[in-house]
Amino acid sequence: MGVYIARRLLWVPVLLVMVSFITFALGRFGPGDPVEILLGQNFSEEAYERIRSQQGLDDHIAIQYARYIGSALQGDFGESYQYRGRTVTELLKNKIWISAQLNFAALLISVSLGIAAGLFAALRQGSWWDSATVAFTLVGQSMHVFLTIPLALLVFSLKLGVLPTHGWDGFFSTSIIMPALVLGIPGIAIVTRLTRASTLDVIGQDYVRTARAKGLPERMVRLHHILRNALIPVVTTLGFSLAGLASGSFIVELYFGIPGVGLLTIESLFSRDYPIIMAVTLLGTTLFVLANLIVDLIYPILDPRIRLGGDYVAG
Amino acid sequence: MRDETRRLQLPDSERRAHNYFYLSVRRLTRKKLAMACLVLIIIMYGSGVFAPLVAPYGYNDQDLSVVKQGPSITHPLGTDRLGRDMLSRVMYSLRTTVIITVTSLVTGALILGVSLGLIAGYFGKLADGIIMRVGEVTSAFPDIFLVLIIVATVKPRILQWVRGFEDATGIDWIVRLGIVDYTVISLALAAFSWFGMARLVRGQVLQARENQYVEAARSMGSSTRRILGRHLLPNVISPVIVSVSAGLGAVAGAEVVLSWLGIGIQPPTPSLGVMIFENGNISVLRSDPHLTLVPSSVLVLLLFTFSLLGDGLNDAFNPRAR
Repeated sequence: MGVYIARRLLWVPVLLVMVSFITFALGRFGPGDPVEILLGQNFSEEAYERIRSQQGLDDHIAIQYARYIGSALQGDFGESYQYRGRTVTELLKNKIWISAQLNFAALLISVSLGIAAGLFAALRQGSWWDSATVAFTLVGQSMHVFLTIPLALLVFSLKLGVLPTHGWDGFFSTSIIMPALVLGIPGIAIVTRLTRASTLDVIGQDYVRTARAKGLPERMVRLHHILRNALIPVVTTLGFSLAGLASGSFIVELYFGIPGVGLLTIESLFSRDYPIIMAVTLLGTTLFVLANLIVDLIYPILDPRIRLGGDYVAG
Repeated sequence: MRDETRRLQLPDSERRAHNYFYLSVRRLTRKKLAMACLVLIIIMYGSGVFAPLVAPYGYNDQDLSVVKQGPSITHPLGTDRLGRDMLSRVMYSLRTTVIITVTSLVTGALILGVSLGLIAGYFGKLADGIIMRVGEVTSAFPDIFLVLIIVATVKPRILQWVRGFEDATGIDWIVRLGIVDYTVISLALAAFSWFGMARLVRGQVLQARENQYVEAARSMGSSTRRILGRHLLPNVISPVIVSVSAGLGAVAGAEVVLSWLGIGIQPPTPSLGVMIFENGNISVLRSDPHLTLVPSSVLVLLLFTFSLLGDGLNDAFNPRAR
């Protein structure tokens, strides 16, 4: 187990170096001269050369890259091209906080509604409620934000007029409801489907029958024996979707004009603001890789049977 | 004597009944929902492929006397702000979807993914290590971020080169027909989708290569190519078929997102993403909701049918893994 964790952890920095180098090289290959982006339309030959050497753009790409990584490790991602005089770190800090709030709200919606619906459906297998839930999961998974956003806008903003069409006023406001909802719908479907399937799986297990045979109250059986074991596969997928959410939300941010990471990234992609693109790629990848790692590490804690080495632990 | 030989040879119908692939397809045809999805997909892909023949209008035919109309007999899905027929534009957009999904899936998932998966699983060691590590790097980028960066940085360069080539040779249709867009986006999406397939095939091969028929083939002196192609590939193909359906949906969705952002397919070449973007603002939604809802619904229908078909394929081809 220890060797396994060590190997996985050692691989993370290598992965990050490769990912960042690809991004860096693509950025240099792409159109747009960093100096021109910095200086705008009108500049003298002299200023051009000065900025160029000041930014170290005359050096070989490998040296530039090494310098970038060196300062990135100290938390310095350089200065933004489009927002003159502002550091990437300072710009991102705000945006990440906003995006994190939005994604957390979406996750909260998917997990709470999904687990509840899945558990409820599984405990009433074969009823009309169960069939309706299954039908919803099938449709919900394919519900692209491109359809849910206009529908939500039509209903909540244009017809009922209860929710604002765009903007951002923080976590505790009405403006977060619609973005979080549309972002969470595919998640609800996935979590419901998973919870239902794994609950059905667990219900048939011997230990559930044993628990009932011992005369435990039904509430205990459901909470301790069924729910806890049924949540294992759910937790795994959640880890993956955690990172997926953070990046998939850019469409929602663009649509609703939420000033989060997604909006900033797309903006930077168009204005060729490579310092920001680099930083977002690095942070996003780190998050994604670490989320996967954490999921793999949580797994054996939740299900003792998976524990490596085969030592049997009585549950 | 003659009776006995006849008894040894099973009739055609029964021989077919023992063929795994035939059995799976027959199981699939019994699933009504999956078949309905297959029919819908064939209709959508068919109308894309044959768009020039079946579309009632051209995708860029403007008729300013019938601007922003709702559904009618002459325009079943209405018209947009330039009086262009929505149904025809959807059909031509589906042609874009067909081109992108098929090329990117064939090059990425099927050719690259399957062959690299076979190689990684069968040879192991160094080949496996390199392929899997490279794959982990490409899939470490969150979501479609790698595709976004590739398209945003590489496409302008290639457009520049192709324009130079066009100027030098006098050919003028490469950029105009959107061939550059199609190629770059397909290849970028292929870079995004190959690894899932490679990992899947590798896992299957790792199991299958321990079988005795592989050992037998090797001891008979079969070449590596023969073992991979004749013995291993057919035995790992059913999960590939299942995942193709999900892969097509993912690629179709990614293309729409790219085009919506404005770095994918460029107008006037029609794409669902372009249509959603053009009619996406709140004032259009207020006055003419069908302009946004039509292309979005087609996209969701596409994703929905692919996902349901994938479930059906999974049940039919992996009957034990439910």
